[in-house]
Amino acid sequence: MTEEADRAVDPSTPDVALEATAGPEDDVVRVGYTNAAVELLRELWHRHGALMFHQSGGCCEGSAPMCFPVGEFRTGDSDVLLGTAVLTAADGSDLGPLELYISREQFQAWKHTRLIIDAVPGRGSGFSLEAPTGHRFLTRSTLCTV
Amino acid sequence: MTVYAQPGQADSPVSFKSRYEHFIGGKWVAPVKGEYFEDVSPVNGKPFTEVGRGTAEDIEAALDAAWAAAPSWNTSTPTERAILLNKIADRMEENLETLAVAETWDNGKPVRENLAADIPLAIDHFRYFAGAIRSQEGRLSQIDEDTVAYHFHEPLGVVGQIIPWNFPILMGVWKLAPALAAGNCVVLKPAEQTPASILVLIELIQDLLPDGVVNVVNGFGVEAGKPLASNKRIRKIAFTGETTTGRLIMQYASENIIPVTLELGGKSPNVFFEDIAQQQDEFYQKALEGFALFGLNQGEVCTCPSRALVQKGMYDDFVAAGIERVNKMVQGNPLDTNTMVGAQASTDQLEKILSYLEIGKQEGAKVLTGGERLMLDGDLAEGYYVKPTVFEGTNSMRIFQEEIFGPVLSLTSFTDFDDAISIANDTLYGLGAGVWARSGTTAYRAGRAIQSGRVWVNQYHNYPAHAAFGGYKSSGIGRENHLMMLDHYQQTKNLLVSYSEKEMGLF
Repeated sequence: MTEEADRAVDPSTPDVALEATAGPEDDVVRVGYTNAAVELLRELWHRHGALMFHQSGGCCEGSAPMCFPVGEFRTGDSDVLLGTAVLTAADGSDLGPLELYISREQFQAWKHTRLIIDAVPGRGSGFSLEAPTGHRFLTRSTLCTV
Repeated sequence: MTVYAQPGQADSPVSFKSRYEHFIGGKWVAPVKGEYFEDVSPVNGKPFTEVGRGTAEDIEAALDAAWAAAPSWNTSTPTERAILLNKIADRMEENLETLAVAETWDNGKPVRENLAADIPLAIDHFRYFAGAIRSQEGRLSQIDEDTVAYHFHEPLGVVGQIIPWNFPILMGVWKLAPALAAGNCVVLKPAEQTPASILVLIELIQDLLPDGVVNVVNGFGVEAGKPLASNKRIRKIAFTGETTTGRLIMQYASENIIPVTLELGGKSPNVFFEDIAQQQDEFYQKALEGFALFGLNQGEVCTCPSRALVQKGMYDDFVAAGIERVNKMVQGNPLDTNTMVGAQASTDQLEKILSYLEIGKQEGAKVLTGGERLMLDGDLAEGYYVKPTVFEGTNSMRIFQEEIFGPVLSLTSFTDFDDAISIANDTLYGLGAGVWARSGTTAYRAGRAIQSGRVWVNQYHNYPAHAAFGGYKSSGIGRENHLMMLDHYQQTKNLLVSYSEKEMGLF
């Protein structure tokens, strides 16, 4: 079995390379990014400029974190900012803040979980920016001690 | 029992081309940028064809073709449209096995479902809307003796449609048939996970379609879906998918002030009242089958009955018998007509389901059966198979709240009617629900009290045309599968006519 397929059958928690600070309505550090996610984000940031995430729900790709250029997806009072990470380039220089939002009603169902954004080989979904890269973002959740 | 040969083998009813271009203006057209992407079969995890990787340029070309066709198709008669829809239906019927096997290879679902449900339902859908448009009438209102308000149905013009991967042909047809019946030209973007089967359908019917009336552009969401959904030259956008993309599509539509229909999923409760167990008869067996129906289409259904609510008085016996049913599901080669549960549609989907199995275990839900990936042998070893799984837990758990889109049932109990309704409605979604009871009163009251667009009573997963389908709450906007969908694809022209010769007397 290939390494990729091996990973597919092992949903255990990967290492977090980048932690986000908690959002203003939250006192829990719940969003983290794996090394693979950070590398993919750097590539997308280079191509598209500043980025953001919105955690989706529902049909088909429902649990996928959707990555957009900042300003593409309008957030509002119906959303909760879950965390802000500072993304850096490979040389350590700051790229900028990376926010992750979720709809307020979905947050109610997710608030006891930690979200670790990983990147794995795959097709991506919705209008998320990574789809053409052959990799996609995946939310891996663990329970947090809230 | 039949095991269909894999596409491409000599005795298979379908042979995919090695490459598919876009279908624009009645012709197969290479993508402007000349790029293609691989289509992988979930049956064995291997690529089997490549399709055009569409971009904004291709969407514009498709819209040019659609608008070029609009003057004649928008003014076609209901009879002409009905004839086209009926001819498409006949052609599909003549090629049932080809379409069924193509769909299985692209999506992974068992061929038995395509032969018995997906393709026959799609055929019927064209016939239904052929009839619906023939029988549609405008209305008139007599305002006073000499003033009449006439209401005419007019097509919107050109519409955009974005199709999901879980029923690539059937969901495509749910959108195409009413749009065409209403007189619109269409630019359709299939899901990038399942772009090929719908092109097999187009190949079969292309000689029937007037040039430019149906245009298909494949590609990734961000590269092809967005330029379609945000385009100023569409008069309506229809989408089936998840909530974030649904919201984004509404945002684009708000910029263009066009209508939207959205179907965004669910977390459907399947409620079993204890009077079911009064007798161990045929109906009891039917209810047990209802318990196991979460396995249909590998759970990749927006209305998957993914939450079972079983009343405490019969819980132990009913659940034990239900699990026995689940364990009898035959899983394996999707091209085998005995197979009931096939492959998940993509590696993305497989990983997502496995991650939810992990979340369920972490949250303390008890695995009553399944709970892991299924590894098949030989050629299917790299395919995407998951064992039908039943978790026992509580409704606040993530596996009860999030749509897993896999063969995963989250099971809990309830005490009485009010408890059942409270749990059933404790969800963001409201697309489907099931109610099982011998008491007609209980069934009726529960059906009315559950906040969802479709409540199946003493049955589940039945999708006949002429029964409206759509969501409450975060499950979307609009009603498909019914002639009321024509309204979503039509303008109302009001002609307010005075037959009086007298002045109004104002100036």
